[in-house]
Amino acid sequence: MSERVDVDRRAFLQCMAWTGTGLLWSVSGGVLSSRPIGAEAAEAAGPPATFSFAQISDSHLGFKGEANRDVLATFQTAIARIRALDPKPAFLIHTGDITHAQKAGAFDTARQALQSAGVERTFYVPGEHDVFADGGAEYLERFATDPPGRGWQSFDYRGVHFVGLVNVLTYKAGGVGNLGAEQLEWLERDVAGLASSTPIVVFAHVPLWAVYPQWGWVTDDAGRALGYLKRFGSVTVLNGHIHQIMQKVEGNVTFHTARSTAFPQPAPGAAPAPGPMKVPADTLRGVLGIRELTYAAGRDALAVVDRTLA
Amino acid sequence: MGTSKAILTTIVTMAALLLVASVGAAAESAGTRVEIKAHGFDVPELTVPVGTTVTWINHDDDPHTVTSTDNAFRSPGLDTDETWAFTFTRPGTYPYYCTLHPLMTGTVIVRSGS
Repeated sequence: MSERVDVDRRAFLQCMAWTGTGLLWSVSGGVLSSRPIGAEAAEAAGPPATFSFAQISDSHLGFKGEANRDVLATFQTAIARIRALDPKPAFLIHTGDITHAQKAGAFDTARQALQSAGVERTFYVPGEHDVFADGGAEYLERFATDPPGRGWQSFDYRGVHFVGLVNVLTYKAGGVGNLGAEQLEWLERDVAGLASSTPIVVFAHVPLWAVYPQWGWVTDDAGRALGYLKRFGSVTVLNGHIHQIMQKVEGNVTFHTARSTAFPQPAPGAAPAPGPMKVPADTLRGVLGIRELTYAAGRDALAVVDRTLA
Repeated sequence: MGTSKAILTTIVTMAALLLVASVGAAAESAGTRVEIKAHGFDVPELTVPVGTTVTWINHDDDPHTVTSTDNAFRSPGLDTDETWAFTFTRPGTYPYYCTLHPLMTGTVIVRSGS
């Protein structure tokens, strides 16, 4: 079993897909394909969308470096873009690194700004920047209240089962992203009673596939989580952390990493280390963005549209 | 008599000044300073005599921490250009890492005597 997971991970790396901006991704019969957003109108004859939701990630409020001197401004632009989406997203998912260095007031600033997104509710999972200073005490007190716990959560929306996972609270020296036994046992119980035809959406900060382990862009026990999801016909996994778009299809599982609203990071291995990457000021907003996801009844997978802030 | 006392005072003062200067130079030497850059500690294994104050400085745009794996010390988040210092008063081996980037690890080895 574990051997098979390792083979899968190698396969992940061999066929990592890179995209430019403004592409609509969809899955048909397990094959990932893309076309320019302008071609969306041609799809109008398809089945009507049941609902859409939005993903925002890596806002890093409090960052003051050269890569973006005003991360609050780009965050507010991202929120304005979400507010302008038509149809209106049912809810918003923030996939972590809300703050840059957990400085006082940053969480409040984020929450207040997100109130203007015009969505009924925002679901959060933490990034390591949200929990490193105090082991997650402040984050959990603010965000893990409904239900109170360790930050992981699940909910159902119009027949789709959503699962938010936390993979940044058990960092150890020399380690990488990790879910931990307690959360994995919870996940196994959480999905046990669901029909295999239930569409699943998983969201977490650090990618649940081996994007680039040398930089810690991996969750070491994700294989076990994905094992519990293997029987489901449609699984969509949404991550942040790496501040760039990557997709990967593995059986019925489609992985998507998101852009940041704050600054880009280098492509894997393209720099000595990960971290904020400086780009010419007039191109910055072209590498930041938000994501809109649409679930259409009767389709195999969610339609995913990434939009830049340019 | 008064003259020799003045000379003695001068010599003592000069000696004291020299001592202060040498201590200052030691504190500034590379041996007690760890530079954090490109997600790494530039001296991953540092050996110092007991009583030494080690200073870490973060040159990255990412924040980092200097966190002992066995709770001997724990820095706050160090933003760009921020420093943090810790004085090692007991001999021993002190492994540490960054709680944001746990692949960043280092060790301070503190020897008794000088």
